[in-house]
Amino acid sequence: MTRILTAFRLMFAIALASLALGAHAQLSIEITGAGASRFPVIIPIFQNEGQLPNSVTDVVRADLDRSGLFSLIDLGALALPESVVPDLPAMRGRGADAVLTGSVISQGSGRYEVRFRLFDTQTQLELGAMALPMMASQNRLIGHRIADFVYEKLTGQPGYFSTRIAYVIKSGANFELQVADADGMNAATALRSREPIISPAWSPDGQRLAYVSFEQKKPIVYVHTLATGQRRVVANFKGSNSAPTWSPDGSQLAVVLTKDGQSQLYALNADGSGVRRLASSSGIDTEPFWGKDDNIYFTSDRGGSPQIYRISAGGGSAQRVTFDGSYNVSPRLSADGKLLAFVTRNAGRFQVAVQDLATRQTTILTDSARDESPSFAPNGRMILYATESGGRGVLSAVSSDGRIKQRLTVQAADVREPAWGPQPRQ
Amino acid sequence: MKKLAIPALLSLILAACSSTGTSTDTAAKVEDRSGGAGVATVTADGASGSGIAALTDPNNILSKRSVFFDFDSYVIKSEAKPLVEAHARFLVQNPQIKMLIQGNTDERGSREYNLALGQKRADVVKQALLLLGAKETQIESVSLGEEKPRCDAATEACFAENRRGDMLYSGEF
Repeated sequence: MTRILTAFRLMFAIALASLALGAHAQLSIEITGAGASRFPVIIPIFQNEGQLPNSVTDVVRADLDRSGLFSLIDLGALALPESVVPDLPAMRGRGADAVLTGSVISQGSGRYEVRFRLFDTQTQLELGAMALPMMASQNRLIGHRIADFVYEKLTGQPGYFSTRIAYVIKSGANFELQVADADGMNAATALRSREPIISPAWSPDGQRLAYVSFEQKKPIVYVHTLATGQRRVVANFKGSNSAPTWSPDGSQLAVVLTKDGQSQLYALNADGSGVRRLASSSGIDTEPFWGKDDNIYFTSDRGGSPQIYRISAGGGSAQRVTFDGSYNVSPRLSADGKLLAFVTRNAGRFQVAVQDLATRQTTILTDSARDESPSFAPNGRMILYATESGGRGVLSAVSSDGRIKQRLTVQAADVREPAWGPQPRQ
Repeated sequence: MKKLAIPALLSLILAACSSTGTSTDTAAKVEDRSGGAGVATVTADGASGSGIAALTDPNNILSKRSVFFDFDSYVIKSEAKPLVEAHARFLVQNPQIKMLIQGNTDERGSREYNLALGQKRADVVKQALLLLGAKETQIESVSLGEEKPRCDAATEACFAENRRGDMLYSGEF
């Protein structure tokens, strides 16, 4: 019952939010699968939260619910301030393993402080407490940070609710490169064009996007600073320029160029200077992904069919990484370097798969047919990808164990080329 | 003569616009490149044309610009050879004219891998033209991958229509 109520409240919150954003092409999220066991938590409204124009705890609840890892137990309108230790045995009696308490304190001229505390009802211990300053309009930002706090305390891994995603919307003959919060809200258009935009890649600091734009009738790689809208051409050589990926320190990019023949891997400085060859093959090398371990994973047909290989950014020989099937492309590494996500062709269907690089065990995570462009959340738990549903491009997310599934759609438009941004600096 | 003036003007505009690629003039958070006086306005009306009648005369083989490929193939079919030969002759006879070859693929599979496959198709057409006497400096081969399908349906007929290389002359791109 509580779960149904929670789901209803979530749907209502999303519906309200969509109304509020009106005509903007807004991503809406539908949860299509959840974890096998969800962690039961109580997130009551914070004391004096009503003085804010928009709720903070609604955002926390929506984030945690959507993650598929938590089930929310509803206490109705009961507020539990962080200044008082709640009746933890009673909370346990309601089925909760953890409870978040909190309050909102007005500090005048539109400024507030949000204080909150998380308790474990089994051990009856406090798991942590924080106080965050906020402006009245920052309920979503603060809600995401609180959800990250709860997620990290209860799962041991950082949350991803404060991250952003980039993606491309095609609407008629128009293309828009957009950036939104990980929950699809606050979408903003970074670039609008009459020609295709593909392959957005976040700089490690989350301030810039590299991407391929066809606005000059050929693929050219740009770096775009989101806050200012400044753009710089970083690769415009004779032939095609594509598939940018950032070095872990953000000082360099690996790209694919055809200036010397077939599509091959090159590195260059983030301002476009200092181009140098990274690898040489007689076939196609493309889709580089520069891992934090300084290995570059890429797609190559040097062995006859497209497969994923790995090469050190410093040079050396390439090692083949995928062996099953005749089409394995679009490699992306998790931040801890343990999992490789990619797209595999399985009986004519293109599906997202992960390989545990230590055991070489590969698991297909989806049952769709047109999956493309996987990218990991910074904590490695979720993989965002593009797929097709009802003849339209949609974004989906799947947990790296395949259990949790979400779908993100935009009314009357195709969404494609998603890229999950890095953890923001706080 | 009048016919030549418009394309010449357009190539000037195109040349001017190409410098906007490095622009750092936009202070707004959201950049709008559609409409108004941007690159998109020029691209939107598309066929500016080379101004050379032979290239657009439907009775002239030079008005045909597409070389089609079989699935997973990067070989020019024999039926396309007269077309490629005609364009090579035209390039040899008009050494001042430049050509952009855009390779295309069908929509199945990875966008970036398809971009690389489209490049292979464009390169094959370029190599054929070079063998027939065109100059390296006259031709640039690029790929549009699966991004600019001529035909939008997920049917075999459409896929075949989209597996092609297109030859564009100065003023047309």
